[in-house]
Amino acid sequence: MSARVDRRAFVHAFVAGLESDALVISGLGSPTYDLFAAGERPGNFYLWGAMGGAVPMGLGLALAQPRRPVVVLTGDGEQLMGIGSLATVGVQQPANLTIVVLDNGLYGETGGQRSHAGHATDLAAVAAACGIADVRRCDHLTHAGSLADAAAAMAGPVFARVLVDASEQERVLPPRDGAANKIAFRAALGLSTF
Amino acid sequence: MSRPWPEQVYQVLRAADVTQVGYVPDAGHAHLIARAQQDADVRDVVLSTEEEGVALACGAWLGGQRAALLMQSSGVGNCINMFSLLTSGQFPFLTLVTMRGEFAEFNPWQTPMSRATQPVLQAMGLTVLRAERDDEVADVVDAAASAAYQANERVAVLLSQRLIGRKKWTTE
Repeated sequence: MSARVDRRAFVHAFVAGLESDALVISGLGSPTYDLFAAGERPGNFYLWGAMGGAVPMGLGLALAQPRRPVVVLTGDGEQLMGIGSLATVGVQQPANLTIVVLDNGLYGETGGQRSHAGHATDLAAVAAACGIADVRRCDHLTHAGSLADAAAAMAGPVFARVLVDASEQERVLPPRDGAANKIAFRAALGLSTF
Repeated sequence: MSRPWPEQVYQVLRAADVTQVGYVPDAGHAHLIARAQQDADVRDVVLSTEEEGVALACGAWLGGQRAALLMQSSGVGNCINMFSLLTSGQFPFLTLVTMRGEFAEFNPWQTPMSRATQPVLQAMGLTVLRAERDDEVADVVDAAASAAYQANERVAVLLSQRLIGRKKWTTE
């Protein structure tokens, strides 16, 4: 049994270490709550659905904003549903994209059923096999700062499997209005509503 | 216009400032894919499944770029839940869908999704336009691009199988 880290403490430390211009997309469920709990920032986009879409959405954003660090913060279940998107990232090789998977090996939102990652699938090995060269395994709070530094360096793509414990966390819910979030996100980049 | 319609469509996409093209390889879109790959100002993104292209387009838009998704009618079925992202975030969206299973189709496995393609798109809130003849394709795609990027709509253009041509089944 490897060491596990508290997800909220890790995300808090990671987000605190990001550059202010970093753009972050969170996958539905706990990663969205974790990101919001770390403090609202204008460059955050919170997914409340679209399971499997966090990484391809981050890819489109990373390609559109090549001078800014782009982070996808998601969970193992969400990543498993979009597992093919790691292959798509492996083709594109976006230097400014960092994928952070908070891996507790279970589906926390639905009652804690074990995910494939909790059985047999090593998502870090999958990412490496898809051609992502900088793959990390994080199991200590001190890894959050170096991961934030890697995101800022934009020498990726980077994939981090963060081994988090299965403890229940307080639900800290960001607004569910995706359109308002989109408009605010684009405004922070100096873009019009449409 | 005297150029073949696939090149006309590419010119329409470029005139609409589409700079990301997501696709799952498809014979009917072969020209658009090849042109996107050759164009230094366009990023071609090969997808492992079509719903990635829906999320890709939303991410591109968040970052100030316009994307188009190229897929077959069978791929529309793969996208259904991801289309909810378009509605929830009110993202503009343009997809070009080559139809299988409707005209001179040799493969019965293409037919069920073919019949469901338009109802499924509409059920998920997309506007559906259809092009049947080569002399109308560019105009229809241009109208769809205007609706998407100027009126913030979600639009699919179905390119009929008669337009694409029957699938060549060579024995070489």
